[in-house]
Amino acid sequence: MCTTCGCGTGEIHIEGEGGTPHEHEHVGSDGRIYRHVHDHSHANGHDDHAHGHTHDHDHGLLNFGSGPARSHVPGMTQSRMLRIERDILAKNDDFAAANRQRFRARGLLALNLVSSPGSGKTSLLVRTIEALRGKTPLAVVEGDQQTSVDADRIRATGTAAVQINTGKGCHLDASMVGRALEQLEPEESSLLFIENVGNLVCPAAFDLGEAAKVAILSVTEGEDKPLKYPDMFQAARLMLLNKCDLLPHVDFDVERAIANARRVNPAIEIISLSARTGEGFDAWLAWIAREHVAIQAEQRETIDGLKQRITGLEAQPAAKA
Amino acid sequence: MHEMSLAESVLQIIEEAARKQQFGRVRTVVLEIGQLAAVEAEAMRFCFDAVMQGSVAEGAALEIIEVAGAGWCSRCATTVPMDDLVAACPQCGGVPLQPTGGTKMQVKDLEVE
Repeated sequence: MCTTCGCGTGEIHIEGEGGTPHEHEHVGSDGRIYRHVHDHSHANGHDDHAHGHTHDHDHGLLNFGSGPARSHVPGMTQSRMLRIERDILAKNDDFAAANRQRFRARGLLALNLVSSPGSGKTSLLVRTIEALRGKTPLAVVEGDQQTSVDADRIRATGTAAVQINTGKGCHLDASMVGRALEQLEPEESSLLFIENVGNLVCPAAFDLGEAAKVAILSVTEGEDKPLKYPDMFQAARLMLLNKCDLLPHVDFDVERAIANARRVNPAIEIISLSARTGEGFDAWLAWIAREHVAIQAEQRETIDGLKQRITGLEAQPAAKA
Repeated sequence: MHEMSLAESVLQIIEEAARKQQFGRVRTVVLEIGQLAAVEAEAMRFCFDAVMQGSVAEGAALEIIEVAGAGWCSRCATTVPMDDLVAACPQCGGVPLQPTGGTKMQVKDLEVE
């Protein structure tokens, strides 16, 4: 486990999949999900995987990366250099691309809600769902380290929700969301809310295939948060300034918070609202509607594009004849 | 941060390469980590050894090449050094800078046998 943040793997649990939280799973290079029960906590265990061997390691010999060229020259040993040049996040990005394609093909707007714990994400989501229920199909993926409390809250509104427990993990990744979708099977043209693990750091790096990350900052936090956690505010397309009903009672400088967010991300859109009173919700719902229309336009383009290609291909033999 | 997951992604990339390129042991793993990528080199070092245990890369040396951050200053119309995401232009003091370099993290090379 990473002592920096408590992040780790091995305890991922997705509602509806069965299994125990202590089951170990990871995705192999062939794209399949491997699940094992492990008595140790690191990720490996492919069938073809060498296990448990040890080596004497000559660190003196291997200390060759410190020259000015910072390059390796394998010596007269049997070793060889392989150029890999593969992004560390490539696998997650592949899963995210697959999710995104799936969302687009079905006209589904997926929003990835990110914030620190306690910003009011779930309350905001519940109020949003209440405003949209009956008007548009809705589905929710909930991410937390433990418990299904949040998914239970969503389901109490009559909306389909799947809880992902990340165990020691500090973020959702695209593969977990893909598997949650198998459980959820959201209808065509749905609005899919993905409530990420409450954490302003790690979820910034993991694309889930969403149309946009929505960062929630509440006025009971500091207005310096966009500067302290710039990765997240840079990755987000919209910032919701929540708990605005509390502004008269707290020392929170709205202008400074907005300036800080724009310093990190000049293009970020900002809406002030309150999940408790509903203030500002018109703007938020209008933003969602605008994004949903945009995704559906992309879906039509895709379908129209395919239809046109089919028509074109069908016309070819006719023209020859 | 999430360096544990990232170290596991590094292991996946190594295992994939081991299957394709037929090697039995990794002596050195060279990562390239940008100054503006969302990863701490020190945290990565911490997680690396733990994650590689029991794999073809157990005991492998980890070399991290840190790539300096760079950003575009629209006022100066030039690329300038950028230490962090909220850095101001060192020439004109203007903000914001658009990150253009040092934003990636890669498995660059493997020394194998």
